[in-house]
Amino acid sequence: MISVIFKHIIRFIFFIFLQVLVLNNIQFSGYINPYLYVFIILMLPFATPVWMVMMISLSAGLLIDMFQDTMGMHAAACVLMGYSRSFILKLFSPRDGYDSSTEPTLHYLGASWYFSYSLLLVLIHHFTFFFIEAYSADELLFTLTRMGLSLVFTMVLLFISQMMIYKPKELRKN
Amino acid sequence: MRNLLRFLWKYSNFVLFILMEVFCFYLVFQNNSFQKAGWINSSNAFAGNVFTTVNSIKEYFALKETNELLAAENARLRNQSLGSFAKFITTKTVINDTVIKQQYTYIPAEVVNNSVNRRNNYLTLNRGYKQGITNDMAVISSNGIIGYTKDVSANFCTVLSILNKDAKISAKIKRYDELGSLIWEGGDYRFGLLQDIGTHVKIAKGDTIVTSNFSDIFPSNIIIGTVESFVPREGGEFYNIKVKYSANLKNITHVYIINNILREEKKILEERSQHD
Repeated sequence: MISVIFKHIIRFIFFIFLQVLVLNNIQFSGYINPYLYVFIILMLPFATPVWMVMMISLSAGLLIDMFQDTMGMHAAACVLMGYSRSFILKLFSPRDGYDSSTEPTLHYLGASWYFSYSLLLVLIHHFTFFFIEAYSADELLFTLTRMGLSLVFTMVLLFISQMMIYKPKELRKN
Repeated sequence: MRNLLRFLWKYSNFVLFILMEVFCFYLVFQNNSFQKAGWINSSNAFAGNVFTTVNSIKEYFALKETNELLAAENARLRNQSLGSFAKFITTKTVINDTVIKQQYTYIPAEVVNNSVNRRNNYLTLNRGYKQGITNDMAVISSNGIIGYTKDVSANFCTVLSILNKDAKISAKIKRYDELGSLIWEGGDYRFGLLQDIGTHVKIAKGDTIVTSNFSDIFPSNIIIGTVESFVPREGGEFYNIKVKYSANLKNITHVYIINNILREEKKILEERSQHD
């Protein structure tokens, strides 16, 4: 139990620093900024209580806000994402429920499950964040373009990180 | 009372969610109303120090370019008259003259954090109120304007870049003294949009755009950029002018913060006139 908590704290710090020091400096054509740090919220174990997911989301969001001067925008998007997580998990739950000791990973429930789970939550986060940032509807197309491009990049990075962190169990057996 | 408590307990997650969102939006709106939010921004000591460390590493890669820029600027300054030379080089020099009164002092600063790819971009500089910085001071580079200071901590300050939704800068076409206002519509960090110039003005590609005389923040005639292209807006009375910024906002390392000594006096006088 202690080692699980420790592992998640290390990951939390790692992804915050990766976001602030590396990903925020990627500047493709003035549109794209992937927000991989949402991975922190996606990978919390199934058994994590909702209030704790929200507390972790809030602190991750506030830390990113501090470095980006966005003041509460990331935090608002993260809290909404953290709160929605329990509903999305319920929506996609397999017939015999989740094994509460594990985490949502690509290899545990398959690529298509993980894709829909992460896409929905990342979409909620990006949609909220980009619209609070633009805070008006008259830039709708521009905001949607920025959101879409960043979303694609976040998802690509998310799948790459998944493959790097978790070893596929099926392959090991063969 | 017991029912209320039971209700709150049953929906405790939802209540917590609402409380957190209220807190977040409070931060968002507090920041947007130009008040100081002080503690969650990159001018605080923790974020500032992280950025300074990273920046001191990054600076090594830009040494050559920075040297060339500084050398060019030195040469230009040497060519200028003694009075403006003394005025430009340090904040400590105060010229005692009964004919010319010094209005602006320049404080050199280093950029420790910068962005150009968001809708609202900010910079962080390594100067704060200990070095005499307050909010609403102009920030320029040797090539043109950058923005103005927003939040100030002990040793750092954040700068609202011209690449920001909230930046609206009073500008003019140098050749005709025609006034307009400069905004940024997002997208490409190299171009801004100058509005409110009438279609009767015979502008041409390459015309210089400078700051106007009416700004409380910027001294007049500081270069902003050049005209890249222009089209009449619907209605045909005004132009939409695409301006190419002369400062490369993506690669700035050294800037000057400008302190307008007479700003308070002007502000107080204007407020008094408005009350009467």
